[in-house]
Parts: sequence; C-alpha cells; structure tokens
Amino acid sequence: MTNLNPILEARQINAWFGGTQAIRDISISAQPNTVTALIGPSGCGKSTFIRCLNRMHEEVPGASVKGQVLLSGSNIYDGGVDPVSVRRKIGMVFQKPNPFPALSVAENVAVGLRLAGISKRSVLNETVEKSLRQAALWEEVKDKLRSPGTSLSGGQQQRLCIARALAVSPPVLLMDEPTSALDPISTARIEELLNELKKQVTVVIVTHNMQQAARISDRTAFFLLGEMVEFDETATIFTNPKDRRTEHYITGRFG
Amino acid sequence: MELPQTLSMSAVSSTLGIFERKKKRDVHLGDRIFFWVLRLLAIGVMLLLLGITLNLLRVSFPIFSKFGLSYFVTNTWNPVTEKFGAGAFIYGTVVSSLIALVISVPISIGVSVFLTELAPRRLAEAVGFLVEMLAAIPSVVYGLWGIFVLAPWLRTTLQPALASTFGFLPLFQGPPYGIGMLTAGIILAIMISPTISAICREVFKAISLQQREAALALGATRWETISLAVLKSSASGIFGAVILGLGRALGETMAVTMVIGNRADISASLFAPGQTMASVIANEYAEATSDMHLAALSAVGLALFLVSFLINSSARFLVWRATRKSKGARA
Ligand SMILES: Nc1ncnc2c1ncn2[C@@H]1O[C@H](COP(=O)(O)OP(=O)(O)OP(=O)(O)O)[C@@H](O)[C@H]1O
Ligand SMILES: [Mg+2]
Repeated sequence: MTNLNPILEARQINAWFGGTQAIRDISISAQPNTVTALIGPSGCGKSTFIRCLNRMHEEVPGASVKGQVLLSGSNIYDGGVDPVSVRRKIGMVFQKPNPFPALSVAENVAVGLRLAGISKRSVLNETVEKSLRQAALWEEVKDKLRSPGTSLSGGQQQRLCIARALAVSPPVLLMDEPTSALDPISTARIEELLNELKKQVTVVIVTHNMQQAARISDRTAFFLLGEMVEFDETATIFTNPKDRRTEHYITGRFG
Repeated sequence: MELPQTLSMSAVSSTLGIFERKKKRDVHLGDRIFFWVLRLLAIGVMLLLLGITLNLLRVSFPIFSKFGLSYFVTNTWNPVTEKFGAGAFIYGTVVSSLIALVISVPISIGVSVFLTELAPRRLAEAVGFLVEMLAAIPSVVYGLWGIFVLAPWLRTTLQPALASTFGFLPLFQGPPYGIGMLTAGIILAIMISPTISAICREVFKAISLQQREAALALGATRWETISLAVLKSSASGIFGAVILGLGRALGETMAVTMVIGNRADISASLFAPGQTMASVIANEYAEATSDMHLAALSAVGLALFLVSFLINSSARFLVWRATRKSKGARA
C-alpha cells in the first residue's frame, strides 16, 4: 500500500490547551477503506489528535490547533471552511455512549439527517433501518424503535451511536476508544462490525487494547508524550517495530 | 431446609470477627431522642396544614352554606348587601399569572441559555448574580416601582402603542389607566423570573458535556446543539421551573395589590383594573367587620390555599414521574 491517494491526511498537527502544548507535529495519512489505529500510553495525546481531525478540539475553551488536515485533498482548517460542514463529513464516536436521552432509538439515528435539513419520512425511515443494519443493531431494536435511546444496554447504545454517525454517510469515521466501556461480547461485536464498515468508510480508531489494534487495523500509529513515534503497517508495528520505544510499549503490554 | 439455616446462623456469629457486636438500643439514646424530635416536627407540619385547612373551612362555612360552590363562579361582591361571589378574583389571579408566565418563561429560558451556553464565564457569573438579586428585592418595593415608574410608562407609551397595533383584539381595548391587570402581570413576570431562570440554569448545567459533544460531532450548529442537547433533554426540569414560578405568581400579594387597581370586575381588556384572590384579602381584611364578609374572604383564602397546594403537588408529581422515567430508562 502506498500513500498515493490518501482520503485523510494530517500534516504537522500541533494542538494546545491554553498555553500548554498537548501534541507536536503529528502527521498521518489514511487510504480509503482502511482502519488506522492510534495507540500509546494514557495522556499521550491520542484523543487530542483525533479531535483535531474533525475540528472538535477547538470547541474546548482556550484550545487551539495549527497544521493541516486534508479530506480528499481539501484542507478542513482552510480559513473559509465552516467547522459544522467538516463534522458532517467526518463522523465521530466517543468513548462513552452518548445517545440523546430525549430522543427515541429511531430519532437518534435520524437526527443527523434532520440537522442536514432532510425531513421526508420515507427517506428517514429507510436510512434509519439501513444505518441500524450497518451497525448490526437492527435485529435487536427493530421492535423498540420508539423507546428512548438510553433504554438500550451499553453495548447497544454504542452501536446506536455508530448508526447515528453512519446515517449521514460520512466518508471518514473517528472512534475514540469506542469499546473501552463495554463488555467483551459487545466489544467483539463492534470489532466484527468494523470489518464490514470499512467497505464503506475509512476509520481512525483510538484504542488502549493492543490485541484490538492488531486485529482490526491496517496501519497503526504509536504516540508517546504528545509526539508520534512510529506510524507503519500494523503487522510491522507489532512484529518488527523500528523504534525501541514502540517495542518496549508493545512487549510491555503483551507481557 | 433446616440445615443451611443453622449453618448460616452460626456463620454470622463466628464471622463477627473484627467487628463489634451490635449495641443494645438504648446505648444510642441520643439518636432515638433526635429521631423522635424530628418525627414530631414532621407530624407537627402536617397537623399545621390540616389545622389551617379546617380553620379556614370553619370560618368560611357561612358562605358555603349560603351560596354553595357557585360562590366560586359568580361575580358579585357587595359587602353592604352581603352578596358575595369570588369569580372575579379567581379570574384576576389566573389572568395575571398567565400574563406573567407568557412574559417570563421565554425570557427566563433565554437568559438561562445565554448564561450557561453562550456567555463568557465572568459575564455569566455577574449577570447570574444580578438576576438572583432580583429575588431579594422586597415585594413592596416592586409595588412602589410599579406605581411610580412602570404604570406611568405603560399609560403613556406601551398601552397606547398596543391599542393602536392590536386594538382590534378585545384584550387591548379601553382606556389606558396604567394601573390594571397588565401592570400586575408585568410586575409578576419580573418577580418570578429569578425563580424560573435559577432552576433552568441548574437544569442546563446538569447536562453533560458528552451530550453537547454528541450534537456538535453530528454537525449541529451552536443553536442546534443547544436545542438538541440542552433544551430537549431538560423539558421536565423546565416544566418544573415554570410551575414553581406559577406557584409564586398565584400567591404574590403586596406588589399586585399596589398596581392591579383593585376592582372586582371581569373585563376582557388587560388594561382594565382587576383584583386577585391574594389582593382582595390583603385589601379588605382589615376593614371586614361583618361575619359574612370575613367568611367570604376566608373562603377566597381557602381556595387560594387549595389551588397553590394542588399546583405545587401536581407539579412535583409530574417532575418526579418524568425524572424517574428517564432515570429508569438510563439504568
Ligand atoms: N480539556 C483539557 N484541558 C487541558 N488539558 C487537557 C485537556 N484534555 C486533555 N488535556 C491534556 O492533554 C494531554 C493529552 O490528553 P489526551 O486526552 O489527548 O490523552 P489520551 O492519549 O487520549 O489519553 P487517554 O488514553 O487516557 O485517553 C494530557 O496531558 C492532558 O492532561
Ligand atoms: Mg483519550
């Protein structure tokens, strides 16, 4: 795989919280229909970086970003770009499932479309079913579409959030430790799901679980203290890392 | 059946181990006295409520035996001929409170959204403090302000303007006195806004950052984020705030008495003077000499008491049910 046609490319990303720099000069690129994993010890800046990829970082009071993120060649940080339009193209799933408690299961999925101004019933219903199927949730909730989104189990809520993000057909999906609050079975379901999803979207995922990164990702980036130490094919990172620090981290975790 | 029970019994006594044996009750005599004092106080509060109700019933009994429940729907008030009907006061209370809600609810929600979601923290703290100070102003001061500032302005400016734009509605017809139902409603709106906005702010603050980020990450604008993540999720809390504001408006006496004009009349026009249940009691109680007049005022008091009680308890019940439902759903 070469870097000929990346769909998402981050160039020299620096980010600050007030006066403190959290990440330094991070560049990665992702080919279409791949999964890119971000790993590294707690506090090394994975969440900060992934939130720079859809302009969520700047929503934190006092936070700032420098650098470029190209989505299909266009810089999302270009002066005239509306961050709202960026976030419609680059979806995000958070660590803690966060469906809207006031909305039903179906409304939760449809909410992105509604924000985009689509209100035709038939389109909404169709997309709700399609997205729930994509998120492997349809069979479990098809009889509860009207109950509140928060009435589902934790794992179902997380898949609901994935369906909600998928409903607007974003080319890129960012996931920040999407399974860390879930039990092993829900985790396995979401991992399976990722394999299917990558046929349609490009995924960037933060994970603390080394095996998970090894299982699901095509490329892996290793972060340490706000910098990116190594970025390579997942197989290379896990079997033959070039940097000693990567090796230490990986072997340390694998015991 | 027998065996496991004996086993577990012996297990309990032998696993006491590092713990002390449960003390005999009277060792904690202080606790028990404290408990009983609190229990007596709680019972006392209930007895007090009951006593007030019974006493009001007793004093107002002549009214009910003479006019029956139609007392509350007829509209005559003549202490001289001893013909009484409280319809106008009920109407005045309802209408002035409704005016207050119509003005105050959108403003209070708007202020709360601004303070929690949009304003820089310093400004939010300063403005929030000022809004809360509004609640600390004694109501007689609101009344004075109403008479000397608000009423003249209404008479010369707002009421003529309303009459010329919306004058086709019966609501805004008739001479602009300055003093009247509209004035009372506006004063009430100012007085209940701190209550409503303080509760709304607490409700909005309780909404997690995750909810807001969920909306933002879906490509919601700032306003859409507020509506989706904040307002929709706090519907029951907002409702509770509004009902508590309503409770305050229903019972407010002094300021209303000073600006409402005190005429026992039902008029479609909001410019006309009126009277509320609270204001008629404050206004006439000192001069009421005949038993019948006293009974009539007590009956108004009884009705006001029951309505406030019902409003508050049903609001609490609804809010409790709404929050329990969402909590149960979350678990
Ligand atoms: N809201 C914030 N304000 C100030 N500093 C922050 C904020 N969020 C994160 N930081 C700091 O930025 C650095 C990177 O944090 P970040 O959350 O990106 O780490 P992470 O790699 O995602 O960690 P974890 O694996 O624990 O989620 C940390 O030093 C953290 O203290
Ligand atoms: Mg993180």
